[in-house]
Amino acid sequence: MTATDPVVEPVETKTRYDAETLAGLTADATAIMARYPDPRSGLLPMLHLVQSVEGYVSRDGILFCAEMLGITAAEVSAVATFYTQYKRHPNGTYTVGVCTNTLCAVMGGDAIFDELSEHLGVGHDETTDDGAITLERVECNAACDYAPVVMVNWEFFDNQTPETATALADKLRLGEDVVPTRGAASVCSFKQMSRVLAGFSDGRADEGTSAGEPTLAGLRIARENDWRAPDAAPATEDRAGETITGEPGSSAERQPTTPSDTQVGKDKKPGEDAK
Amino acid sequence: MTAVSTLTPVLTDTWDKDRSWRLATYERAGGYAGLKKALTMEPAALVQAVKDSGLRGRGGAGFPTGMKWGFLPPPDGGPRYLVVNADESEPGTCKDIPLMLASPQHLIEGVAITSFAIGCDHAFIYVRGEVLHVYRRLLNAVEEAYKAGYLGKNIQGSGFDLDVTVHAGAGAYICGEETALLDSLEGLRGQPRLKPPFPAVAGLYARPTVVNNVESIASVPAIVAKGADWFSSMGTEKSQGHGLFSLSGHVTRPGQYEAPLGITLRELLDLAGGVREGHELKFWTPGGSSTPIFTQEHLDVPLDYESVGAAGSMLGTRALQIFDETVCVVRATTRWTDFYAHESCGKCTPCREGTYWLKQVLHRIENGDGVDNDVELLLDLCDNILGKAFCALGDGAVSPITSSIKLFRDEYQAHIDGHGCPFDPSASALFPYTPKTRTPGALAGAGAGGH
Repeated sequence: MTATDPVVEPVETKTRYDAETLAGLTADATAIMARYPDPRSGLLPMLHLVQSVEGYVSRDGILFCAEMLGITAAEVSAVATFYTQYKRHPNGTYTVGVCTNTLCAVMGGDAIFDELSEHLGVGHDETTDDGAITLERVECNAACDYAPVVMVNWEFFDNQTPETATALADKLRLGEDVVPTRGAASVCSFKQMSRVLAGFSDGRADEGTSAGEPTLAGLRIARENDWRAPDAAPATEDRAGETITGEPGSSAERQPTTPSDTQVGKDKKPGEDAK
Repeated sequence: MTAVSTLTPVLTDTWDKDRSWRLATYERAGGYAGLKKALTMEPAALVQAVKDSGLRGRGGAGFPTGMKWGFLPPPDGGPRYLVVNADESEPGTCKDIPLMLASPQHLIEGVAITSFAIGCDHAFIYVRGEVLHVYRRLLNAVEEAYKAGYLGKNIQGSGFDLDVTVHAGAGAYICGEETALLDSLEGLRGQPRLKPPFPAVAGLYARPTVVNNVESIASVPAIVAKGADWFSSMGTEKSQGHGLFSLSGHVTRPGQYEAPLGITLRELLDLAGGVREGHELKFWTPGGSSTPIFTQEHLDVPLDYESVGAAGSMLGTRALQIFDETVCVVRATTRWTDFYAHESCGKCTPCREGTYWLKQVLHRIENGDGVDNDVELLLDLCDNILGKAFCALGDGAVSPITSSIKLFRDEYQAHIDGHGCPFDPSASALFPYTPKTRTPGALAGAGAGGH
């Protein structure tokens, strides 16, 4: 590994940030780069960082990242344009993302998107005139058991309808707090969110719930039926001396029986690597 | 084999506790007993224990986890890395995100044990960027673990040092592919690498690297604490242990059901209150959108790697998306295809161009402009992608198309012959609404073009 030494203070900058902004960004970017054996690994969080200042990845943001990492602006642009969370024009205060991947779409996501689009007068990746909301169609956000799902600044708003979604959008445009179903006690701004995604905690991890009802659906049934994993020993029992290799004849002595037991990567089937 | 309950909460067991995400909650439930025990063991014995348990990768591929660890070359004095794949994005898959929201310490303990086992002193958790509160919980969990001496220098007085960095992605499904994830973690476009070399030999920064899914790593602490036998007493002969089964869609009580591998959809549906009232099952995915779809015929297929494979699909991520008879299979498949076309990274031609053309043809059929040979054309396009793409995304993209044509070819033909979709889209929604008629392209991206 050839680690590029971080340039803590760019001697000369082509960015148009004022001195204070640049100093803040430089300190934060330096902290980001220090998290990794190779500073280049810090590029994704650094792009979130520059978004937290301007609400999008601007020309200056790209130049700043390039200068910090000692790479070209083209190399930074190549990365910035690959990922959908990096915005190429100023984002609204809130990204409202409606899941329109198959499952959410058929369960009502399409109707929600159409309703919101008409209500707000904007289409996908467009921002309302007041700068409050950027509407997006989003891909599966791993909350399928709460379909249809809407994300506001990447906080979960589960089990939505066209009515709840338009009411949500109206509150956002009025500047009122909205409360995610599973998330912080309120939704922060796009810029604040971007700063958290750059790895700078906002101290809000303890807000909100552990889980919604669907997350607990199986556990509730297990509790009702007193179903447990086998040998559910009390947590306090000292099991430290127990052998982990099993009794004679146990699976610990299992011989390789399938090709995947013995062959590297030969068991790959269509689609498996994609997730 | 020990008789086991229908559901076996292990990872889910603490999720209903007050402030379940806190370290103190996790410790009260016996958390970190696995790490304390692991630190008294030889690393090689830990690798062996995980091999013996039969744990197979829970991210979809099902490769034996302990064996993956065992592929690392002998230590050469240089760094070795553990990278946790927390980029859960496969459509239908929704297990790792709730796990990390409710009980991130399960994962952190697993990271510490795994790192000790493979000789890693800097581990990374790559979580998708689109789950803000999950990222907060992970950052907080790592901070709590450092303070308690489960991470950092000289962990629990063992002399073992470990740093953990939680890294947020920025929106790209392809980064769930392990080598694309590594490129992304190195600050590049997330595009897959040619294999070999496999990450075990040349992974992050070209150093030996283990890449494991969240649920796989979170399953390790209990294996260490309770033994490989305990784990393998659950499940089937070749698909051992517990797993999260995620029911979604037209089911009465969607959600997470943690059960031994080998449970059937019929059993799970019984627990979940069945298909949406007044409706019947039409098709379902056993493991996300990249796994060929199943129908009622497959309700009794044991959901283990071998049985699902033998029935013509893949266990994948156990993402059971349930669609009732109101859902148009062409609409569902078209939308998945939009997804793959959007997420194709562009590196290889069969996938980049192929998914683009699949999308064009499917939209033509769905919009009533299909022509007679279109189904054959789709199959021909799929044939030009399957097995010819650089990574498995291309193969995944054709799964819903080829499997749905095989099972519902008449439905495709009905769209072509009838010049449109015979289904009422509002019938599949959970609320009544009147579909809006719009001029295509009237609003940018308002149609599927937004993908």
